[in-house]
Amino acid sequence: MSTAYLDNNATTKVDLRVVEAMLPFFTEQFGNASSIHEFGAHVSKALRDARKQVQTLLGAEFDHEIVFTSGGTESDSTAILSALECMADRDEIVTSKVEHPAILTVCQHLEKIGRAKVHYIGVDAFGRLDLEAFRAALSPRVALVTLMWANNETGTIFPVEGLAELAKEVGALFHTDAVQAVGKVPIALKDSAIDMLSLSGHKLHGPKGVGALYVKRGSRFKPLMRGGHQERGRRAGTENAPGIVALGLACELAGQYMAEENTRVKALRDKLERGVLETVPNCFVNGDPHDRLPNTANIAFEYVEGEAILLHLNRAGIAASSGSACTSGSLEPSHVLRAMNIPFTAAHGSIRFSLSRETAEPEVDRVIEVLPGIIERLRALSPFWAGAQKAAKDFKPIYA
Amino acid sequence: MWDYTDKVKDYFFNPKNAGVLDEANAVGEVGAISCGDALKLMLKVDPVSEVILEAKFQTFGCGSAIASSSALTELVIGKTINEALNLSNQDIADFLGGLPPEKMHCSVMGYEALQAAVANFRGEEWKDDHEEGALICKCFGIDEGMIERAVRMNRLTTIEAVTAYTKAGGGCLTCFDALEGLLAKVNAKMVAEGVLAEAEAYKAGGADPAALKKKTQAARSAENAGNAGRAAVRAADVAPSPVSPLAPPPKPLTNLQRIRLIEETIEDIRPLLKKDGGDCELLDVDGSNVLVKLSGACVGCQAASMTVGGIQERISARLGVPVRVIPAKSH
Repeated sequence: MSTAYLDNNATTKVDLRVVEAMLPFFTEQFGNASSIHEFGAHVSKALRDARKQVQTLLGAEFDHEIVFTSGGTESDSTAILSALECMADRDEIVTSKVEHPAILTVCQHLEKIGRAKVHYIGVDAFGRLDLEAFRAALSPRVALVTLMWANNETGTIFPVEGLAELAKEVGALFHTDAVQAVGKVPIALKDSAIDMLSLSGHKLHGPKGVGALYVKRGSRFKPLMRGGHQERGRRAGTENAPGIVALGLACELAGQYMAEENTRVKALRDKLERGVLETVPNCFVNGDPHDRLPNTANIAFEYVEGEAILLHLNRAGIAASSGSACTSGSLEPSHVLRAMNIPFTAAHGSIRFSLSRETAEPEVDRVIEVLPGIIERLRALSPFWAGAQKAAKDFKPIYA
Repeated sequence: MWDYTDKVKDYFFNPKNAGVLDEANAVGEVGAISCGDALKLMLKVDPVSEVILEAKFQTFGCGSAIASSSALTELVIGKTINEALNLSNQDIADFLGGLPPEKMHCSVMGYEALQAAVANFRGEEWKDDHEEGALICKCFGIDEGMIERAVRMNRLTTIEAVTAYTKAGGGCLTCFDALEGLLAKVNAKMVAEGVLAEAEAYKAGGADPAALKKKTQAARSAENAGNAGRAAVRAADVAPSPVSPLAPPPKPLTNLQRIRLIEETIEDIRPLLKKDGGDCELLDVDGSNVLVKLSGACVGCQAASMTVGGIQERISARLGVPVRVIPAKSH
């Protein structure tokens, strides 16, 4: 059976060139980068090269602004806790309701232990940030503004460069979780007011367990991990040399493929959305139609439940994901879709298809071929479908 | 991906008895689209013999919800109404070879739909009182309102007791923090209202979730052992209960003593039920089966299983032997 992997926002396939590049660092190049001898010197040089590769993709001014970490989650935690420690006279955080749990859970914990007051800014039906509420939350009490560059569920992009300028006006630090954006949208940190940015290797065809935190030169910073001079004392611990080398090459390749992501991959994504919307009644696309990642399609199917759809898709060889409660074991559907006020009738049945440069057209065709039948079967089982308002072909509810 | 059994997968991909049953004379609808799952159970019952001749379902929900619904229809076909009412949600889960703990509420939904369908057949009203309050226990779909009511009604002051009365926290126990916070909050309110002594009230941090989880599992196996030995218990009518949280009476009770104790226990509970617009009456005691009649708001209340469970727990504690409280058809 042909398979289709359309869950690239969860993780991507490691590029074979990346795998090859990292392998010697498990074998001949096993040295510790900190060592004075030749074994270490070689590794040390490889790390320098990797740092430059990441710097280039981010458009950062200096290579030492890149701090290697274990991934997006560590980068996010480091950024938040560092900001609170550096800005001792400020104890507020401004973030959004649609952030990744790596941000939200940390913020909720800080609130719970009385360490910070957090403003969770809402979004509109397209997932766009409520700018008025954002401005209102800014004050000289704010230590950190942390807002994602692109949403992992819907692909909706926040105008972070502009938001960072606003944060600067009140003297707050600005961090962005750019895990989904890096490699898909052009980034030029040199000319921005962004102080910190998180990225992760495995979202851009690199391995899991490695990532980076960009820290602008001159921005105040306190480390999360202490106990060594590595990363200029900003992240202690012997460097994950194979991972870092892999991340470097993954970033270089991502830069080369960015145009493809925004042309061929985007065209496939659009074909998938069009194909599904034309054949399946009562469904619509979630997210900002004008400013969205080129690879992400989040489609809401009314009156069916997401996990049931995924189980059928899986049987047909198609991998996707859902914001459905049942998939995660919680009973609340996706916090992102709820923040967008997507009605329950549709939020429970929202499926995310995320493509990558590895995606081929037959995979998309396969979805268009099997999905209508799956939805029809499940709707026939649903007690709500018979009485539902059947939508016209060009279904465009106000919330979509 | 969930670790579903092959039987769950089979009943999901090839559901039996799916669809609309036009000649249904007993229909139960539970859940809502906002909850993420909903089930409409349709039964065709022989009015004379009360045998369920046909059963069909329509379900909005995840894989295990659809499989549980289909399993329920298979389980009830051919049974009489009264036999069907003896099915528990665990029977549905067992039929499917087990469900992941986080999915047990799918089987509870089946159990409730059956209660609702029977109420409908008997011309009673089945009230879905699932409140809009925050959901605390996701395994069993227990919300704040249900827990607060059980805590108040039974003056519960420990997490274990809340789990026993409402099932909340009986699964994965990831809701421990929320459950603990709610119990402390409700107890504090009760202290302020003067219905609970300060010293008795639960304070946050008073329990260890890991130890609790072990205990719950141990209690569950003890309960299973108790069920298996029910026949023996009935014959002797005296064995001290392994599940009783209270000290068993030292001497075996006579039948008359037992019935009096059961009566007293029910009398104790009635004022509380009446406060919520319900009532409970003792009809008969048959061995370890206690037949009661629930009326008023208790009838068809989604919390009926909780009420019945609560009464059962109290009587068992009072007698020192496990009993089964069965809500009977009203005469």
